[in-house]
Amino acid sequence: MTEHSYLICLLPAFSFVMIVFFLRWKEKVAAGFSIAMILASWVMSVIVLIETLARHGHAYEAFYNFLTFPGLNFQIGILVDPLTAVMLVVVTTVGSCVQIYSVGYMHGDPRFSRFFSYLSLFLFSMLGLVLANNFFMIFIFWELVGLTSYLLIGFWFEKKSAADACKKAFLTTRTGDLGFLVGLFLIAVYCGTFNYGEVFDKIAMGAMSTGVLTAAAIFIFAGAVGKSAQFPLHVWLPDAMEGPTPVSALIHAATMVAAGVYLVARSMSMFVASADGSMVVAIIGLVTSFMAATIALTQFDIKRVLAYSTISQLGYMIMALGLYGYDTAHGQHSVGYYAGTFHLMTHAFFKGLLFLGAGSVIHGVHTNDIREMGGLYNKMKTTAITFMIASFSIAGIFPFAGLWSKDEIVAATLHHPVFLILTLAIAFMTAFYMWRLCFLTFTGEPRDQHRYDHAHESPRVMTWPLVFLAFLAVTAGWVGLPWLHHGFSSFVFHEAPPEHHGPSYALMIISLTVGLSGIGLAYLMYYKKSLSPDVLVNKFRPIYNLLYNKYYFDELYNVVIIRPLLSFANFMWKFDANVIDGLVNLIAWLTVLWADVKQWFDKWIIDGAVNGAGWIVRQTGEGLKYVQNGKAQFYTLFISIIIVFIGLIKYELIYLAWGWPIMTIIFVIGVLLLTFVSRSTRQGTNREIAQEDKV
Amino acid sequence: MFYYLALAAILFSIGMFGVLTRRNTIGILMSLELMFNAANINFVAFNRYIITESMAGQLFAIFIIVVAAAEATVGLAIVLLVYRNWKGIDSDNYSVMKW
Amino acid sequence: MTESADIGIVFWVLSFVILVSAFMVVSLKNIFHCALFLIMCLFSVAGIFVLLDAEFLAAAQVLIYVGAVAILMIFAIMLTSNLASRKIRQVNENVSVGVFVSVLFALASIILIAQTHIWHYKTDFTPVENSIVILGKYLMIQYVLPFEVVSILLLASLIGAIVLARKERS
Repeated sequence: MTEHSYLICLLPAFSFVMIVFFLRWKEKVAAGFSIAMILASWVMSVIVLIETLARHGHAYEAFYNFLTFPGLNFQIGILVDPLTAVMLVVVTTVGSCVQIYSVGYMHGDPRFSRFFSYLSLFLFSMLGLVLANNFFMIFIFWELVGLTSYLLIGFWFEKKSAADACKKAFLTTRTGDLGFLVGLFLIAVYCGTFNYGEVFDKIAMGAMSTGVLTAAAIFIFAGAVGKSAQFPLHVWLPDAMEGPTPVSALIHAATMVAAGVYLVARSMSMFVASADGSMVVAIIGLVTSFMAATIALTQFDIKRVLAYSTISQLGYMIMALGLYGYDTAHGQHSVGYYAGTFHLMTHAFFKGLLFLGAGSVIHGVHTNDIREMGGLYNKMKTTAITFMIASFSIAGIFPFAGLWSKDEIVAATLHHPVFLILTLAIAFMTAFYMWRLCFLTFTGEPRDQHRYDHAHESPRVMTWPLVFLAFLAVTAGWVGLPWLHHGFSSFVFHEAPPEHHGPSYALMIISLTVGLSGIGLAYLMYYKKSLSPDVLVNKFRPIYNLLYNKYYFDELYNVVIIRPLLSFANFMWKFDANVIDGLVNLIAWLTVLWADVKQWFDKWIIDGAVNGAGWIVRQTGEGLKYVQNGKAQFYTLFISIIIVFIGLIKYELIYLAWGWPIMTIIFVIGVLLLTFVSRSTRQGTNREIAQEDKV
Repeated sequence: MFYYLALAAILFSIGMFGVLTRRNTIGILMSLELMFNAANINFVAFNRYIITESMAGQLFAIFIIVVAAAEATVGLAIVLLVYRNWKGIDSDNYSVMKW
Repeated sequence: MTESADIGIVFWVLSFVILVSAFMVVSLKNIFHCALFLIMCLFSVAGIFVLLDAEFLAAAQVLIYVGAVAILMIFAIMLTSNLASRKIRQVNENVSVGVFVSVLFALASIILIAQTHIWHYKTDFTPVENSIVILGKYLMIQYVLPFEVVSILLLASLIGAIVLARKERS
């Protein structure tokens, strides 16, 4: 099955084509077809994962050289190694759940079929991205993913906010992609190939100097920064929540934003070779994570909280990967790689679940604002319970999946105290804001009675995926239990599996304590109400304002980038309008003037010449036509004249004063004159004849 | 010989003048006969003074006479036809080949 | 003018008659008179032929021209007789140019003839005996093909003339 794993990404593509061209008008068939395709992909992904396990993680690679230049080689190929296999399963699992869920969530939407075609296109791109065996292909799919993200964020393009958000997301990620492209150029120039293995071999052989390597690594990481919404390009992800919630779950929580992490993990060999680059990655991950977590503390939009949570968690993974690269570059042992990829997997499940749950809540109460919710537990038990499971998971409570992966990330920071402390602080904040969300949404008194009365549990087609994902949110982490000797760490690894060091109970206890204390604080503040959040807010008003306004990033970008750009554009527009347009208009005016002159010239001189020639010919003909008077004798006369003339010339009987050509002309003119004379006399002759005839 | 040739030349010129100026088609034909005769005089004179041994000049003259007779026959037939169609044989009148 | 001795009074008389009658042919208004002057002219030309030792040709001239062609002309004139005696203008509007060209041609020819001395005149010319016999031999032996062709031409013109002049039946 592994050798046919390209089908995994082609099935959704097939579904996309079928829906767009044939099934667009049959909504149910379109949705069913799309789901069938992704389920088939899912089954195949699971089989591929099992086969990869059976191969003990040996990579399978198949490719076709479709463009070969001297010094550069483009391939189409697939690479199935443990990381790919895991990602395939994650993507298809979440994808299947989201597609099934969408049947309920998008019910009644006028562009129902189109939504499924977009989802299929996205899954094709994402699976292709995961399966690619070279940087060139991954870039193509990378851009395709960005495109589908744009389409899906702007799915409800009638809403101005959605239209703005999709533009923002597209342009922001594009900024990062530019860096990615530069990185690709560096790779192409220095390595002459895009194939992962060959590139890493070349790098290991020293094809790039350290500086170039660092630059290439950071440029490639720039792509990941854009796609994974890392600082400073994180601003698009919260706005992307304008898209339909299943899209948020699939693209902006579980898969596409994980692509950045995947890219860093995939090109880990470059980061391992560049300690500086790795450190940049780790610091950016940490900053992003911390910043997003603090922002999430203050937000009231349920999806925005989750969006910042996503950014924060992605920062976690990036940080872990960066630390792995840094530590490995310095010869130290690290679990960062395994921790990052492990967390990538578990996070995909529980964050997908959180988003789908949030979608279910929004579907029930028709609002995003948690201040208008409350007490929804009674109305939507399944949603509430699965949401809480996911919250436990992300908070890192025993025995949920989040605990195991988060523990590994904490373990990866052990050599770096600053990272360790901040990581724990982030974990605390994560637990707090997630449970703040839970308590505000599901417990307490309903704050908006009207919305509460109309709230209802979502249909089963939406709750089943929740339950399934909840199951995974609990169990997915168990593959990496520290007690297992051949767990996740011995399957997905970079170069060599980390030594199995057994469970670190102290770390677990610290982590658990942090998580529980976060939950406890949320419990006190939002359930027992023994601590008033307002007091805290008043006490730290400036900080609160800073966080509530998301560090003023949007405003900062507005002032620093967009305003100058706009004013520059404005200036350029004015310049354009006045100077360039003036110049253009002047040139146009001159051209018109010149054209007028030419037209005049054309009309009077050229046409005049042509018409004049015609006129001359016509007049000559008018004159000469009398020569052709149809009288045989006249022709004979002419012939005689010419014969005589030729004879005179031939035998030199007349003096040729100016040579014979000119004399000929003079003679001919003379004959013509004679003709005219005879013509003028003819009238009289005819009259005479007529008179004679009467006699 | 000069006088014969000069006679022929003048006769030819007179014939030419007739051809060019007669209105009557029969008149034109008669003028043509004059021109033929001028040519004949030339041929015979040359035969008489230059190539006495061969009779080529006279033979040529005989052929010319024959051709002239044929020409006169056909020409006069045409004149009759023209006369029937146009009720006149003035060459001015049948100038249908004009512009 | 070495050959002037050969030019007797006969030549001058004949030449005069030829030229005058020819002029009459082209200038008289009565086409019937023209035809009569043509006969006279052609007869005089036959006399010239005799002077040039071409007796057979002279006979043929009289026979064909005077006897056939001229009579043909007169018949044609008679057939279109309603015009024959009309005293209408017999020249067209080209007359001035025609006079000019003709006179020019005549002058040029005579000047040319006078200027030309390349011909080797046979002054010691002895008349060929039995020129008709020689002519007959030439016609029947050496020039038999042109002779036959010209016969066919004559026949064709004869038939053509009959076809052309035949009155169409209504």
